Amino acid sequence: MAGAHMDVTDVAHLARIRLTPAEEQTLGRQLDQILDYMEQLKGLDVSGVEPTAHPFPLVNVMRPDEARPSLSQDEALRNAPAPANGLFMVPKIVE
Amino acid sequence: MEYEAVIGLETHVQLKTQSKMWCGCANTFGSPPNTNVCPVCLGMPGVLPVANEEALRLTVLTGLLLNCEIPARAKFDRKNYFYPDVAKNYQITQYDQPSTRGGHVDFEFQGGMARVRITRAHLEEDVGKNNHFDRNSGVDFNRAGVPLLEIVSEPDLTSADMAYEYLNALKDILVYGGISDCDMEKGMVRCDVNVSVRPKGGTGLGAKIEIKNMNSFSGVRRALTYEIPRQIEVLQGGGTLIQSTRRWDDAGGITEEMRTKEHAHDYRYFPEPDLMPFEPTPEWLAAVKSRMVELPLARKQRFMKTYELPAGDAEVFKNDVPLGHYFETAAQGAANPKAVANWVINNLRARLAETQAREIAEQESLGLERSDMTFTGLSDLKFPPQALRDLVGLVENQTLSSSAAQQVFVEMFETGKAPADIVQEKGLAQVSDTGALEALCDEAIAANPGPAADYRSGKLAALNRIKGHVMKLSQGKANPGLVGEILERKLRA
Amino acid sequence: MLNTLTISETTARLQRREISAREVLAACLDQVRRVDSKLHAFLALDEPDALAQAEAADKRIAAGEQGPLLGVPIALKDVIAVRHQRLSCGSRILENFVSPYDATVTGKLRAAGAVIFGRLNMDEFAMGSSTENSAFGPSRNPWDRERIPGGSSGGSAVAVAADQCIAALGSDTGGSIRQPAALCGCVGLKPTYGRVSRYGLVAYASSLDQIGPFAKRVRDAAVLLGAISGYDPKDSTSVAQPVPDYSAALTGSLRGLRLGLPREYFAAGGLDPQVKAAVDAAVDKLRELGAEPVEISLPHTDYAVATYYIIATAEASANLARFDGVRYGLRVDGKDPIELYGNTRGQGFGDEVKRRIILGTYVLSSGYYDAYYLRAQKVRTLIRRDFLKAFETVDAIVTPATPTVAFRLGEKSQDPLQMYLSDIFTLSCNLAGICGLSLPCGFTRSPKLPIGLQLLGRPFGEETLLRVAHTYEQATGWHVQKPALD
Repeated sequence: MAGAHMDVTDVAHLARIRLTPAEEQTLGRQLDQILDYMEQLKGLDVSGVEPTAHPFPLVNVMRPDEARPSLSQDEALRNAPAPANGLFMVPKIVE
Repeated sequence: MEYEAVIGLETHVQLKTQSKMWCGCANTFGSPPNTNVCPVCLGMPGVLPVANEEALRLTVLTGLLLNCEIPARAKFDRKNYFYPDVAKNYQITQYDQPSTRGGHVDFEFQGGMARVRITRAHLEEDVGKNNHFDRNSGVDFNRAGVPLLEIVSEPDLTSADMAYEYLNALKDILVYGGISDCDMEKGMVRCDVNVSVRPKGGTGLGAKIEIKNMNSFSGVRRALTYEIPRQIEVLQGGGTLIQSTRRWDDAGGITEEMRTKEHAHDYRYFPEPDLMPFEPTPEWLAAVKSRMVELPLARKQRFMKTYELPAGDAEVFKNDVPLGHYFETAAQGAANPKAVANWVINNLRARLAETQAREIAEQESLGLERSDMTFTGLSDLKFPPQALRDLVGLVENQTLSSSAAQQVFVEMFETGKAPADIVQEKGLAQVSDTGALEALCDEAIAANPGPAADYRSGKLAALNRIKGHVMKLSQGKANPGLVGEILERKLRA
Repeated sequence: MLNTLTISETTARLQRREISAREVLAACLDQVRRVDSKLHAFLALDEPDALAQAEAADKRIAAGEQGPLLGVPIALKDVIAVRHQRLSCGSRILENFVSPYDATVTGKLRAAGAVIFGRLNMDEFAMGSSTENSAFGPSRNPWDRERIPGGSSGGSAVAVAADQCIAALGSDTGGSIRQPAALCGCVGLKPTYGRVSRYGLVAYASSLDQIGPFAKRVRDAAVLLGAISGYDPKDSTSVAQPVPDYSAALTGSLRGLRLGLPREYFAAGGLDPQVKAAVDAAVDKLRELGAEPVEISLPHTDYAVATYYIIATAEASANLARFDGVRYGLRVDGKDPIELYGNTRGQGFGDEVKRRIILGTYVLSSGYYDAYYLRAQKVRTLIRRDFLKAFETVDAIVTPATPTVAFRLGEKSQDPLQMYLSDIFTLSCNLAGICGLSLPCGFTRSPKLPIGLQLLGRPFGEETLLRVAHTYEQATGWHVQKPALD
């Protein structure tokens, strides 16, 4: 196909999603089809148009600097898959 | 070929707020793991951030203190990367519209002045802390979401020492402004170092090498002292350098490669949809401006100029701001501010230190923790700063000898009584009555025949011995200048 | 059959002490037991907790208290946090997650005295238009169980249409309230962006998401909207706009109202003739009731699907990054954190969620941001401008809610793009940040399936939508028709 193409393996890794080879194939095909559809946006003249990040424009939304009670350690770790000694455990981090 | 280093620093500083950046969890250090956390800073499903106004104020205040421009509009963005200490797997930061940009820091360096331009100081959130064990790691999110200022310098630094002095100057400014406590032990300041080398006098930039996560200024200096020659050596050996990230191994005293440019992160920045932009109003800016303080260097220079203090004394008052304030109050209207500075630094500060040491020992014996102890500080003194000025005045106009002045000072410190009253009560006024002094001098010469003979034979230093005797006889009240004159006259006769 | 009551009927009878909140809840629970094995609207139900709330409501009523929702059983889409209840978002990755906190709307419902019960099925993380993307199996359309109920808030629409609750809450990012309401034959309202707090709504696309009511009657939707609306200091995007008495807006008069008919919607390819006929008839009815329909143009309509799927997936790619197996939720181990993430997310997310996260990651990635994301944000501006310009001349816009009635299970699940295109009429409302409502306006003949009419309104123009919808509803009989569930 001459249209848009995404390197699914690469993008999936960036998104930290491990795909099976079959998924890579199906998703890759579907995503290329979707990207092709999105090509239509390129035909539109958007010069001089400001991007919209928020549908309702507000500015200066802030909260006062006041401390409030936190969760207890038990509550914080209640949903943790691997809590130990008050920490969220993960495989050893090596960079 | 000769090479020169080009260094830029990204300095991360925790802001001094009560609560975290996006939630009401306390911004404190040293709590048990995962006890200063809530659904927001744990990145639980469904939560939203709300910006801490004080953190925004401190950011803009920093910008003002670093001579930055404050743009009319700032916004937050998401920086996407997966890491166990990043609760949401994105960090909220200011990417292309920071709260401040384009400033500079002036500082003393190698006997002259140096300037480093500041690209920007922007607001973001700190991440959690990873604890490493033999077989796994564990994350504590107490630090996650603490407001963090990133101060990015232009690559204006040229040596390890210059980087070190810049960091100290920056720290002084931040502590002065009440922006951050900058406690290195508590990890409140961390640095990423960008360093490259190029042929001396060149204008291009070599391959940029980043040294991540430095947590002490001396570490930065050591790392650069290693890294700059390393890069030069590679180039001189005919090798090439590529853009990469390195880690400083403090124990080994070397830097090691972590990743190269091909493996650089793709952070996929985009505007944070959960937060609205900031457009500081004139009123809001004025309120922040009212919190501006005099910068440390300016203060030091002013102390030297206004009070004619030597650099050393001015440095003391630059580093100890409350003591400097105290001095300035005491020196108001003083004929000799330099003498007042001497008293503040040599007597008052020493006396306070002694008192505090005693108080600590007492409270330790009662089993108190350091954080629960109370000590006498400048604000607890029983006498006002003006009393110190008065005391110095009494010495200056020769009412008090300096040794008597010491006694008066001790009494002031203990009781808070005015110096003049103490002098009165204790009869410490200096004796300048020539008749009385003549008699005491005669007595002293008679009691010290040896030194008198020595003086007469040309050993002028022997006079001090006799002078000391006079002072003793007068119980310290004799005017030492006058005594000297009388003795000289009598011994030469 | 107390479960068939509306909110207003329930509160009136509760206040007259003819019935108790406990009895109303029991009737709802009975209905769930009777029909939910066939419909699968509910993912979870904490009966003891619901009974305790109903009893508490009865005490408050006995003490003379009144409230718009006091004692009314309301079920929530499983994407809205209720403290100490599960919050799965229809996903394996959160299957066992229990929320430590209440969403702001949950707190508001509690304050209004509602009996909050049940976790309603949905497309995983609100991504989908059929509820087929639920990790726990699809919900089924009560009018034809071989058909989808719509999505992503399919469970909410089914539970209301099948009288398993008195009313429900859902969320709408690109039509996820209006489309299932249309396909199941109930009233669904997507409030203006910023009207209702998003705190405690698990985010799909932050700049598009809103929570809104599902109800059997327009009046109920007005009451429920009033209860959940308002500024929330915990949501920086919520707007400090006063909350009107929405029920008071139901005046029954349409005199002087101009209603826009966007030609791009009525001329859309793929618009089912039966749907078009029903909507045309509804427009005639509205004219008859005193409104003045006028043709308008929303010229950027064709770009909405592409724009939406870029913006929504980009935001989603970041919003869903937190599901990583470290702090909560499913964990599939790996030798290092990177492998753990890949395994957990690879096995924890369903196909559609993976597709959207990958698409969103791509459109934000280095080298593609300007071509996709930034451009989509600019087109979003154009779409929003289309609407604001239209609202200079009309008070509300009338369109079909969906191009077709409910399709069969599995019909589009292999073709994501076709599924995306079925949202064509509802997406623009979220991109523009305006409000929208859908309500029944007829049925197809065979099989008998509901058709939905969509009304779109100005930012914070919910009162106008409710007034038009209520006047139309009272003049027609569609809303009293019920699916045969046996």
